[in-house]
Amino acid sequence: MSILTYIAGWPLLAALALVVVPRNYRVIIRAIAVLATLISAVLAVKMFAQFVPGANGFQFEQQIPWVESLGISYHVGVDGLNVGLILMGAIVAFAAALCSWEIQTREKEFYILLLVMTGGILGAFASLDLFFFYFLHELALVPTFIMIGVWGRGERKNYATFQITLYLSIGALIALIGLIALYLQSGANTFDIPKIIEHAKINPLAVNAQNFIFPLLLFGFGILVSLWPFHSWAPLGYGVAPSPTAMLHAGVLKKFGLYGLIRIALPLLPQAAQSWAHFLALLCVGNILYVGWVAMRQRDLNLLIGNSSVAHMGFIFLGLASLNLIGITGAVLIMVAHGFLAALTFALSGYIYKQTGTLQISELGGLCRKLPFIGTALLMAAMAGCGLPGFANFVGEATVFFGAWKMFPGITVIALWGALVIGGIYMTRAIRNILHGPLPEKWNSLSDANFWRKLPYAMLLASLLVFGFWPKLLTEKINPDAQKIVALATGNMVTANAPSAPAVNFVAQNK
Amino acid sequence: MNSSLITLEISVIGLGLVLMLADLFVPAERRRYIGYAAILALGVLLVTSLSGNGSCGQFGTAFGGMFVNDALSLFFKQLFIVAAILVLFMAAEFADKLAEGSVAEYYSLILFALAGMLFAASANDFTMLFVSIELITITFYVLVSFQRSKLQSLEAGVKYLILGALSSSFMVFGIALIWGTTGELNFAKLAAVAPQFADSRIYLLGVLLVLVGLGFKIAAFPFQIWAPDVYQGAPTPTTAFLAIGSKAAGFVLLLRVLFTAVPSVTTHWANLLIVISAITILYGNLCAIPQRNLKRLLGYSSIAHAGYLLLGIAALSASGQAALLYYLGGYVFTVMAAFFVIALVMRHLATEDISGLAGLNQRSPLLAATLTIAMVSLAGIPPLAGFFGKFLLLKAVVEAAKATHNLGYICLVFTALAGVVISLYYYFGVIRAIYWSKSSEDLSPIELSAPAKLSIWICLAGIFWLGLFPNTVLNLANAAAAVLK
Repeated sequence: MSILTYIAGWPLLAALALVVVPRNYRVIIRAIAVLATLISAVLAVKMFAQFVPGANGFQFEQQIPWVESLGISYHVGVDGLNVGLILMGAIVAFAAALCSWEIQTREKEFYILLLVMTGGILGAFASLDLFFFYFLHELALVPTFIMIGVWGRGERKNYATFQITLYLSIGALIALIGLIALYLQSGANTFDIPKIIEHAKINPLAVNAQNFIFPLLLFGFGILVSLWPFHSWAPLGYGVAPSPTAMLHAGVLKKFGLYGLIRIALPLLPQAAQSWAHFLALLCVGNILYVGWVAMRQRDLNLLIGNSSVAHMGFIFLGLASLNLIGITGAVLIMVAHGFLAALTFALSGYIYKQTGTLQISELGGLCRKLPFIGTALLMAAMAGCGLPGFANFVGEATVFFGAWKMFPGITVIALWGALVIGGIYMTRAIRNILHGPLPEKWNSLSDANFWRKLPYAMLLASLLVFGFWPKLLTEKINPDAQKIVALATGNMVTANAPSAPAVNFVAQNK
Repeated sequence: MNSSLITLEISVIGLGLVLMLADLFVPAERRRYIGYAAILALGVLLVTSLSGNGSCGQFGTAFGGMFVNDALSLFFKQLFIVAAILVLFMAAEFADKLAEGSVAEYYSLILFALAGMLFAASANDFTMLFVSIELITITFYVLVSFQRSKLQSLEAGVKYLILGALSSSFMVFGIALIWGTTGELNFAKLAAVAPQFADSRIYLLGVLLVLVGLGFKIAAFPFQIWAPDVYQGAPTPTTAFLAIGSKAAGFVLLLRVLFTAVPSVTTHWANLLIVISAITILYGNLCAIPQRNLKRLLGYSSIAHAGYLLLGIAALSASGQAALLYYLGGYVFTVMAAFFVIALVMRHLATEDISGLAGLNQRSPLLAATLTIAMVSLAGIPPLAGFFGKFLLLKAVVEAAKATHNLGYICLVFTALAGVVISLYYYFGVIRAIYWSKSSEDLSPIELSAPAKLSIWICLAGIFWLGLFPNTVLNLANAAAAVLK
């Protein structure tokens, strides 16, 4: 059994175990959830440490046939692209489980859903089979809707649940059609991603088919990642979500679509990726500038964080669109860094909400005096969010800008503006209004986090700093495999122009 | 001729007659045990049919080619027997609500309907098709209106009778036109001569009318009007059997007619099938949204599922047919689980409103979990049976789009996606009513008998088994679809 199976398996097993625990054993329920995510996190750290950078092929691989007639198998493995994501996902899940003390009603159902979400998404990141890749993500996605619908807060809960369910289900299903079309079009008769890629090296997909499938994947996955203009579910959904759910979704689940684009769409649909790259870069501007501008106007801390998290997705898309080694490496770096950051900020805002019962920025103020630890952590998170050196985000964003400069100098300038100026304005403004200034009398009774409650925040901050000061831990792992993806995404130009595969396609004859 | 092929059908009919006679000798308070005896007997038949020594394991034709035993009929016969066993379990629980003293009659009617379905699975001739359909339909007239003292049940019976008779007359007219033009009733022989009549309008009208008759059976648009009313009014076990048995019988006949009797016509009618499938999906899902009565909601949802199943036919490929069969396999367990919970929860309530589910997770966690899992599976969410079935169906349609370059298939895929997204709304509505509705006065625990628990566990095991280990059933479905060329 591969260590990956255990990383994803423990939370799922624990979810099964929780089904039989009586609901009034609250301490035991919580202990099981925290323990299972802790085991996952420890195993993920171990796996990250044992990973050999630049080794050929996948590591910790395991393959069990599942449906032979369709070529579906349970196949997990890691390379440089997903090793960091799995580590990040497992740590965030542990932090989310720790932060779940704020849930006071129906804990049993909440922890079951949280564990299913954790196991599903970690499995999806580890999966090297198209079917399981989708299957496990869907398994993780559906609990999100239920958690927001049931444990969400505020008056707009129902509307937000409705919107997030609609958007994300549609996105996931469009991506499913894209994946099925890809499977059929590849002609490899298997759902195994490495095998399909091998097969496509010799028989590249026809350009017409690529141009049909790529938009399905781009928009299907794009909706899941809140690509502008399909982003409106995200700030609202995160605004009402209970903080563990927002942490896991904004931090981990959202990276699934990006990972799918890098792992599947770029290497298999290179020509289409090249012709769509400029369009994608334009959409990034929407994410970075427009959503950044919207974030400046927010009066609610969670909506602000939600919008800023959508804006950050723009940098990742820009890295993807640049289709070169530096850009893709930077994109993967931000994916990991943003996972920690999003989880941290939603966890902190959750703490403030629990203490004050509001997240309206105008009602808060001077909180740093009563909540020195939380305040400092929030300040650091805000600084990380506007790309201050020392935090992992800086490394990723700087790398993306270097990568994108060659392809899209104009857009890179705009993105730099978005990152440094707009991000700086809304983050510092929020910090000033929440943490500094006079302390309203009603907040005199607030109390700072005790040691145990500090743990998840400290852990996430530490991860941000570790990867901020030693980005080599990640880059040396990402680089060789990003190199392979870039080679496939750009190098196929030469072979594909040669008259090779017969043009079998979806719509060509009817046009 | 090999009349030993119909041993299974004969035994089921014999069992039905024995049950009727048993009614005379068994005292009233023990009559529900007649049902358990029937379940046991059907279980034995299922095992023998599975073992390969039984009559449906021997492949071949009988009665001059009217009756055929092959992998397809074997698949459906097993499906029908499983469905009938689960319905009998449900009927035993429901016994006190049926008219006094006539429970055994109800059991034997279920078995007669089952016999009709078994014949339908083997029908290879229009005469056989009509006779088996009539056997099913006429038994269902009685089963639907079985609660004689309940007005709704009688109303549903009358509606089903009128519309059923209408559809049968369409079908018989269609068969007459086909016979009149081609002179053949046997599917295989018809397929051989049919190309000569490709331009004959009367022949095509005949085929169309047969499809109308079958469309009523599966509740496809535009012949779906009866379904919600009848589902709502009929006793719950009847509704469950109608939703599965009668629908599956419609589908096996549809498969036989379209792909063995008139394949030359079918290939030209791809667009018609696409349109019917798309509208059925949208109609069922959209109309289900405002429903408050659970059985009516499932009635509309069953229309939507008929639409999904039609995807597999519209794809006109072996993988589409196999996907349809797989989906039906998952559908049996899922729908049975849903109706079982409804029957148990609602039997002491006057209404069947969704609000009756309030507090169910406190009254009976097992029933609450079962209904939730059934709804999640119907919505097509992993890791349950419904997800893998929908995946196979969508894959088949995308495959057809790739093979034929017909843009209609691409539209069909996106319509199906829209349907799935819409359905999330009402399926989650049911789940919400179970766990998160405000309050309910009645929080008394629901007592479950051992057989009820057993059958619920069977349904749950089936839903998870088909979702997590699709290999066995998928191989059976592939083998069955191979029969249809």
